[in-house]
Amino acid sequence: MSNIPPTLMLDMGLMAMLLVVAFAVVRLRSLFAIVMLQGVYSLLSAAWFVSLDAVDVAFTEAAVGAGISTVLMLGAMLLTEREAKPVAMQKQLGSLFIVTITGLALFYAIGDMPAFGDAHSAANAYVGSDYIAATKNNIILPNVVTAVLASFRGYDTFGEVVVIYMAGLGILLLLGLNGNAGKWRAQPNGQDVAGNRNSNADSEAGDKS
Amino acid sequence: METSLYYLNVGSAMFLLIGMALLLGRLLSGPTLYDRVLAVNSFGTKTVLFLAVFSLIIGRQDGIDIAILYALMNFIATIAVLKFFRYSSLDISMERGSGSEEKAP
Repeated sequence: MSNIPPTLMLDMGLMAMLLVVAFAVVRLRSLFAIVMLQGVYSLLSAAWFVSLDAVDVAFTEAAVGAGISTVLMLGAMLLTEREAKPVAMQKQLGSLFIVTITGLALFYAIGDMPAFGDAHSAANAYVGSDYIAATKNNIILPNVVTAVLASFRGYDTFGEVVVIYMAGLGILLLLGLNGNAGKWRAQPNGQDVAGNRNSNADSEAGDKS
Repeated sequence: METSLYYLNVGSAMFLLIGMALLLGRLLSGPTLYDRVLAVNSFGTKTVLFLAVFSLIIGRQDGIDIAILYALMNFIATIAVLKFFRYSSLDISMERGSGSEEKAP
């Protein structure tokens, strides 16, 4: 007990809570609770990223996961029901098989990964060492990650920004946040799946019956 | 002195983890929506405190920045959920009386 570093114990506590939240997201039926649990998942994983020294990833996770994605999930829930129907067990077996195979392959691939901070690994050997050597003289920045993202691969980052902007625009149009939110409802086979909150839908349903 | 402060920080982080686990239990079993909203909000506060203490433990000041970012963004999800619950829509402005006549459940 005494030879375990304290940060490792805190890491294990965070991972245990991540596991609990993940199983709860799968098992729960209330979509409201699932949206909130996803926010909690991103909070926990960002805290875990900080403990792994990946502070920039934690920043992104905090801004995207805890802030924006909860609002987008709520907007998506606006178009559907508030409760999820359970899926039959026979339909889940195929996906369970695929997930198990993929997980086993990933665990098998762990053995081929280079050791943490290995100077001869592929990420550090070729162009990475050039970036690290050139950052101090060519680009006066204290952080090598910032230099790579903003200068060495600036066009790459610019393309990513354009792609993310287009994705965000598409999601906003898909969710109807251009002024049509709440006015359009999904009606497969003529049924109002969003419930009887709309008086229009009520009168339509009354006409059909 | 240095090590006693270190273990004090570790102990506070562990108690914060226990508090987070208790809030997680309330979040999973909460009978009403408001229990869950309150649990999520308190969970965000606990995460802010945990990040501040954790950045003291590992000796990096970057964790404080993320804690401040969390404190700034923690209320967004709460306000979105409550607004959705009240108006069943996200694009109604939150001025007094706007849209509440036609959208109130």
